[in-house]
Amino acid sequence: MADKVIKELTIKVWRQKNAKTAGKFETYKINDISGGTSFLEMLDILNEQLINDGQEPIAFDHDCREGICGMCSLFINGRAHGPDDDITTCQLHMRKFNEGETITIEPWRAGAFPVIKDLIVDRTAFEKVLQAGGYISVNTGGVPDGNAIPISQDDAEEAMDAAACIGCGACVATCKNSSAMLFVSAKVSHLAKLPQGRVEASRRAKNMVAKMDELGFGNCTNTGACEVECPKGISIANIARLNREFLSAKIKD
Amino acid sequence: MSSFLSSSIGKKLIMSLSGLFLVLFLLVHLILNSFLMFDNTGELFNAGAHFMAMPVIRFGLQPVLFGGFIVHIIYAIILTLQNQKARPQKYASQNLSNSSTWSSRNMFVLGGLVLVFIAMHLMHFFVPIQIQGNVHDDYQLVKNLFTNGSTGLVYTGLYVVGAILLGLHLAHGFWSAFQSIGMSNIIWRARLEKAGYIYAIIISGGFIIIPLYLHFFA
Repeated sequence: MADKVIKELTIKVWRQKNAKTAGKFETYKINDISGGTSFLEMLDILNEQLINDGQEPIAFDHDCREGICGMCSLFINGRAHGPDDDITTCQLHMRKFNEGETITIEPWRAGAFPVIKDLIVDRTAFEKVLQAGGYISVNTGGVPDGNAIPISQDDAEEAMDAAACIGCGACVATCKNSSAMLFVSAKVSHLAKLPQGRVEASRRAKNMVAKMDELGFGNCTNTGACEVECPKGISIANIARLNREFLSAKIKD
Repeated sequence: MSSFLSSSIGKKLIMSLSGLFLVLFLLVHLILNSFLMFDNTGELFNAGAHFMAMPVIRFGLQPVLFGGFIVHIIYAIILTLQNQKARPQKYASQNLSNSSTWSSRNMFVLGGLVLVFIAMHLMHFFVPIQIQGNVHDDYQLVKNLFTNGSTGLVYTGLYVVGAILLGLHLAHGFWSAFQSIGMSNIIWRARLEKAGYIYAIIISGGFIIIPLYLHFFA
């Protein structure tokens, strides 16, 4: 079956020259987009059109375009990564949109993620949280024998599920409080479930939460919106674990 | 300790513990109020009210209860103000209705409305009974409020609305408290959410039925 072709779309997109200037929405028309076009390819086509018209192309983040790097962002029609579940923006396809639709594209909005230009935000805050403890300090050696350190299947699965976080920031963008708890909880959890990570677990939870608070992310109110919009389906059960890790670390002090 | 109380998770722990304390209080309150429906002479309810007015409870537990309310309210304000500040520029369009419940997103508004209700509720019963101390028949005071000619129906309606607001607050608050303490995982989340809904329905339903009963049947 041939892909459907959308004859006309209106793209309402946030344009902002740089971090210091105020931005505003601009509206563009784009024609003849096939349903198999990815959302970012649609933006590429629009940018080509803008360049040909002598205008500045729209700046947006992207890298791998296969849903694993966490670089693409975009708040599309009121949802992080647009109108589909468990995907990043690069995995969103134009068949999800209707003929004649107006598509609103905004950057992630959070005080901790300032806009650099157009749709690009500065997500360095996530790196700073990771630098505060999202690692193992000692060399744990080469690839060990699979059975050298016994780890239960359940623990290994849970650690891997948490490790699926690509740090895209959709949780912060979606959360009504701009809370980074889902991200931080995933980073704490994937190490907390494994013996190599246990050694520094207390220090890690305390330092990462302290850094998260310091950077101006909001407080989690357990609405659960983050896990729905997370492209990797990270569960807020990880947030409960982070709360546990943090509280037990503080009690030990 | 200070770094603990100023941390986001520490503040939420205080919200959870004070919230769970108030959740327990509501159950005690509902059980006492249910006496209103089981004895139309009012003797049973008055006995319960006198028990609650014993010095141990009045001067021992009541300040703790008020403290619980005040802590819950103050931390709600601090957390909400911080959360407002965390997103200086709002989205032009954001649709959260598919990803979270209305009550979970409006806990502060619901809590504020419940607080307004509580203020009215204290004026009706707490002030005349415990502060002015000029009430001899507590049952009659309650019954009069809901059956008094022109205003009885209005107050019955207001108390029903208050109970619904409280129920919505509990529908998210109950489960959320356990999540914030860290007492949740994938399995227990579903159980706690269900328990929260059941608890909200019991508390809210109970406080709805009592004024309706007094207005229409007592």
